[in-house]
Amino acid sequence: MSFKVLQPGLLSLIQDLGRFGQHDIGLTTGGPLDSDAFLWANRILHNESNACAIEVSFGGLQLLVQTDSYFCVTGAGLDISVNGVNKALWASHKVVSGDEIKLGYSSHGCRSYIGIAGGFNINPSFGSSATVMREKVGGLNGAKLAANDILPCAKTTELVRQALPESDWPLYGQQGSNEQESDAVLHLLPGYQHHLFDSTTRARFFNSQYTVTDRSDRMGMRLEGPAVPCPSEKMLSEGICLGAVQVPADGQPIVLLNDRQTIGGYPKIGAIIARDTAHLAQLRPGDTVHFEAVDLFQAHTINTLAQLKFNATPLLHLKD
Amino acid sequence: MNTSQTHIEIASENSYIVYFGDPDSLQISPEISATIAATCEQIKQRFSHRLIDLVASYASLLVIYDTNLCDHLWAKKALRSILNTPEKHSENSGQLVKIPVFYSTKYGPELALLAENAGLSIAQVIDIHSTTEYRVYAIGFAPGFAYLGEVDERLAAPRLSTPRLKVPAGAVAIADRQTAVYPASSPGGWNLIGLCPTPMFNPEKQPHMPVTVGDRVQFFAIDEPQYLSMGGLLHEL
Repeated sequence: MSFKVLQPGLLSLIQDLGRFGQHDIGLTTGGPLDSDAFLWANRILHNESNACAIEVSFGGLQLLVQTDSYFCVTGAGLDISVNGVNKALWASHKVVSGDEIKLGYSSHGCRSYIGIAGGFNINPSFGSSATVMREKVGGLNGAKLAANDILPCAKTTELVRQALPESDWPLYGQQGSNEQESDAVLHLLPGYQHHLFDSTTRARFFNSQYTVTDRSDRMGMRLEGPAVPCPSEKMLSEGICLGAVQVPADGQPIVLLNDRQTIGGYPKIGAIIARDTAHLAQLRPGDTVHFEAVDLFQAHTINTLAQLKFNATPLLHLKD
Repeated sequence: MNTSQTHIEIASENSYIVYFGDPDSLQISPEISATIAATCEQIKQRFSHRLIDLVASYASLLVIYDTNLCDHLWAKKALRSILNTPEKHSENSGQLVKIPVFYSTKYGPELALLAENAGLSIAQVIDIHSTTEYRVYAIGFAPGFAYLGEVDERLAAPRLSTPRLKVPAGAVAIADRQTAVYPASSPGGWNLIGLCPTPMFNPEKQPHMPVTVGDRVQFFAIDEPQYLSMGGLLHEL
């Protein structure tokens, strides 16, 4: 019982919520860059939050259904179809053996998540199925999906179909812009070496606009804008968390993402909250952001409110 | 140097980083490393299931906790209380792990270079590298990559200006005053001096690594037949 990959697209990776508790042997977390869209796919499908889905970057994935199931695509805006018939995003759809699911290329946002009822059954390594290509760990042999890969799954013939109302769909990048505010806000907790950056540099950092560049991957996203160099020289390598904002000698900030190395030796001005790394991962080169300082209480409030909203948002029930 | 000095800094919404020693000039020292290893144990006990990950490094400890199970106020209080009541430990804590190395100018192309730079014979370089007791200061860069220090000053060498595209698994290498065994084949810019037949990272075996942060490592020289009999592989560089 399985799905088969017909076309993998540019970069399609098996992901669960990530690999935790393995930093002591040098393994990073991996997991969905946009954990919000990933969690929505699983909620819409009545799955456990950690069920395996595929993160599709920029679209292009085609799957052959070999076992009856339901699927749902969330995240980046793109066309999806089953046997050539268009289907809605953020909604579950029934598929039967022989159907072909096709994802187009994303028109806004970058990362899409395709989940199925019950999730794909991928053997975990080090407690997780999240694929980290750099480490050759997780997914299918630690690699991105390739044509003819077989993705095992259980058969599901009955499921209450659900959809997230369009008014609740997240907006990515300039799609969500209005005249007052076109930047995405990245909430940053000053931390790590923040005290080594002088006050002028810090003021410049929080009052400037930064642009997303194409020099970005699952390890980190390079931003471009007014330089905010750190006067400190060489420092000892230390543990790096998700969202840490590292500033190398050129003064251009890099936001570290899911596949970051677990230790590193560049100065860091702090870390943006995980919810904002999720949003950042949907932005495209040329999109702009700015940093806003928050304290731990504010970060906690933002997360709690988002969690309450996620749980309370009603889903539409769809007829077959 | 006051090694008992510690300093807690925010790292992220669910992590703190603890710095050990003088915050204005963090140092590499066996004493600090031993303190960090002992603190790790205390944190594991106190945080228990609230702990997500711990990253010990040269002079710092990143503590990532589960905000569904505790908040930052609890986490900071727990850390403060642990740091205020350090447990007695010796610098010789941690297990001593002996690791075989087939030192070779053929499979460790920089071995001769290091000898030349130091004005030593190759035998002397091997002797110095294998009689020094190293500490595992940090694990990272790649799965199973352990940073061992400190290498005798005479053998310290900067990274290659052009990193190799492929360093074989098991390559024993030196960069600055650190030495390491490459756990898997990967690109790398360290100076290669030999090959180690012991897998440094084995996903199929528990524990996955023969060493952990805070352990001590000593290398011992083996010859080519011993290397092969221990399961070592030879690749042309």
